[in-house]
Amino acid sequence: MAINWFKYSSPSTFYGAAGKMVPWFAWSAAILFVVGLYIGFFVAPTDIQQSEAYRIMFIHVPASILSMFIYLVMAGYAALGLIFNTRLSSMMASALAPTGALLAFLSLWTGALWGKPMWGAWWVWDARLTSELILLFLYLGFIALHASIDDPRRADRASALLAIIGSVNVPIIYFSVQWWNTLHQGASVKFTGTSMHVAMQQGMYTMMMAVWLYAIAVSLLRVRCIILERECKAQWVSELAEVKR
Amino acid sequence: MNWGEFFAMNGYAWYIWGSYGMALLIFIIEIVMVRHRRALILQQLHLMRNAEDDMT
Repeated sequence: MAINWFKYSSPSTFYGAAGKMVPWFAWSAAILFVVGLYIGFFVAPTDIQQSEAYRIMFIHVPASILSMFIYLVMAGYAALGLIFNTRLSSMMASALAPTGALLAFLSLWTGALWGKPMWGAWWVWDARLTSELILLFLYLGFIALHASIDDPRRADRASALLAIIGSVNVPIIYFSVQWWNTLHQGASVKFTGTSMHVAMQQGMYTMMMAVWLYAIAVSLLRVRCIILERECKAQWVSELAEVKR
Repeated sequence: MNWGEFFAMNGYAWYIWGSYGMALLIFIIEIVMVRHRRALILQQLHLMRNAEDDMT
């Protein structure tokens, strides 16, 4: 079956498709948040070493992983925009950046609140924490660079370059706990298996799915705004029901 | 387990609720900002449309 993918890369087609997808992602995210928090707070047992403090994990790990994953997706879209000159790809990259930045901030915030009772410090300049802080700055740099150039297509190209170069930081964050001596604990979830209690895992994966679906929903909402802003002079925009009334 | 004990989180209440509170705040702020952005661009598009109608 041949699907013409470039059909969906047209902003006018995607605007409507994204609008139809948003409720599905948003509602499944909401349901998974409820289920994940229920497992995290009422099913998962108290940790022997960390007592209740470990429950920060259920938001800290999903926020951290998604902040890295979204960066790679953003850089991927930016690269597509650069290579194929597809406007929608660049718009998707711009739509993902604020969500990624907020999740990177949330990762640092929840990490600080977890670090204080466990390590005795809100912040240490170790490899994991510092590289995650750099990730936040890369997101902010991407947003600022894009905003500072008036011509949107030139802004797309310049910020795409920043996004692509910055993506080397993602594996650095991921492997930092192996490459350097860090205060941050190593990965509890590995490709070879895990050392965690089953309910803790279930809670964490459910929350991860919830944050993922939330990020998709809110990015689709944002890309719809970006499409309208950048296509404001197009005929199809003036014919939209929400513009006409 | 009673609710007072639950919210006390064995002494880690500030750290745990501070984390989840910030998460909630961030999600709410993000949704409000996106909705505001949409309202703003739609308003602008209305103005552009009305201006065009006046010209014709």
